[in-house]
Amino acid sequence: MRRLSWLVPTLYILFLMLPIYWLVSMSFKTTNEILGSFTLWPQQFTFDNYITIFTDPTWYNGYINSLIYVSINTVISVAVALPAAYAFSRYRFIGDKHLFFWLLTNRMAPAAVFALPFFQLYSAIGLFDTHIAVALAHCLFNIPLAVWILEGFMSSVPKELDETAYVDGYGFWGFFIKIFIPTIAAGIGVAAFFCFMFSWVELLLAKTLTSVAAKPIAATMTRTASSSGYELGLLAAAGTLTIIPGAVVIYFVRNYIAKGFALGRV
Amino acid sequence: MTTKVENQKGWLFVLPVVILVAFNAVIPLMTVVNYSVQETFGDNVFFFEGVKWFEQVLNSERFHAALGRQLFFTFTILLIEIPLGVIIALTMPRKGPWVSVCLVLMALPLLIPWNVVGAMWNIFALPDIGLLGKTLNAMGIDYNFTRQPVSAWMTLIAMDVWHWTSLVVLLAYAGLSSIPDAYYQAAKIDGASSWAVFRHIQLPKMKRVLTIAVLLRFMDSFNIYTEPFVLTGGGPGNSTTLLSIDLVKTALGQFDLGPAAAMSIIYFLIILLLSWVFYTVMTRGEEN
Repeated sequence: MRRLSWLVPTLYILFLMLPIYWLVSMSFKTTNEILGSFTLWPQQFTFDNYITIFTDPTWYNGYINSLIYVSINTVISVAVALPAAYAFSRYRFIGDKHLFFWLLTNRMAPAAVFALPFFQLYSAIGLFDTHIAVALAHCLFNIPLAVWILEGFMSSVPKELDETAYVDGYGFWGFFIKIFIPTIAAGIGVAAFFCFMFSWVELLLAKTLTSVAAKPIAATMTRTASSSGYELGLLAAAGTLTIIPGAVVIYFVRNYIAKGFALGRV
Repeated sequence: MTTKVENQKGWLFVLPVVILVAFNAVIPLMTVVNYSVQETFGDNVFFFEGVKWFEQVLNSERFHAALGRQLFFTFTILLIEIPLGVIIALTMPRKGPWVSVCLVLMALPLLIPWNVVGAMWNIFALPDIGLLGKTLNAMGIDYNFTRQPVSAWMTLIAMDVWHWTSLVVLLAYAGLSSIPDAYYQAAKIDGASSWAVFRHIQLPKMKRVLTIAVLLRFMDSFNIYTEPFVLTGGGPGNSTTLLSIDLVKTALGQFDLGPAAAMSIIYFLIILLLSWVFYTVMTRGEEN
């Protein structure tokens, strides 16, 4: 019984990899092969789909746009969440619990509810179809998440650290930047990872708030799926490329990822 | 745990967060409330309608059906994902080079854009050219998720299990790895069965993270939109039209602003209630 226990995770990972394999293998097939015959791996191996994506600006700009707004969002979210999380983990102030709960409700807010009002709001202030609009809109769920994760990590740092630093003659910001931030560097990495992740995977708001100039890759994909008919190979190649940034950032935080998913509260 | 000091300066620290989130949350929510009580025929002319839209939505069969499908979907995926996630976490290696490999591979589905998840499962399950669809049909099972509601539901649930079980695994694993080795050694000396170890050592340690897992999955599955929209588009017919797909159809598809806004508010209140339950459960755990 114990000996066979490795089978469970192995089978599970196999199950996870199957659809990904199908996507990747399809991205190397020609349209004829996809539609004409059923093959388990590419028979007429081709890079054409990738070449199209890397040479056609409507395609590669999608990736650039997505990466730009995701990066802006991650920086904003973590920067404003740091002092807030510190306040929640160290201070008691009027309404702190209500405020924390209110932040939490925004993490749970369904994007579908906000799509139309967001469109009107960002059009009214002239930010429609800009990267900053999507970055700000994603703050709705990423800031609460970042505050939540960072608060968890900060609460596990003993308060004596703060007090010792003050005794040593540090002012608050000197302590915060020179001592406290390096101490919770892992937590900041995890928070940034989650902001990146949720901004990267979200489509509904990003699509609603952009038309041409800041169009995310995900939206380019949905448009292609409907307008140019059945270019499945191209779609598969575009999909495969969206997996790569996630795989890269996951590699960097692999040792903290389990703790991060527990929101720093294990 | 550290004891907190009374300091109203805390408000200054949280001010940027409050401003940014309020800008994104309060203004749109006010717009929605505004629409929910008015009727419009275009040209920015609005008439006050009171609670008419709320009555209409709450009494409409369409809303009941979407809510029913939503609840069915949420409870089904919870029943599959939570036990499965716990089993996988229990059987995962605790030490050694395979831990990182498992964690990275398992976390991969969580980082794929949601529309790509939908598109990937679409081409994976297509009955004529997809690996899953073709295999099932070759085995003699009549499967076509674009035509049969049952197939569509199976695919939808398989997709969600594929997408999110890893979240449960990672949470449960985080809980398990916080158990000191001494506990296991003590259990071994006492001759405890593996069930006893699970019941009295592992389960209590996982309780907290599993609470997070259940409630996160509950709420996120209530918000699910992109994946089923790309996979089935809510079809065949309306058979996989979940709450948010129905909402977007009403709001952006038909531009029925009033009913859509009323529905948004009802939807949001359900989520708010869930969040409150979540929050009380979480903070109660912290105080103990």
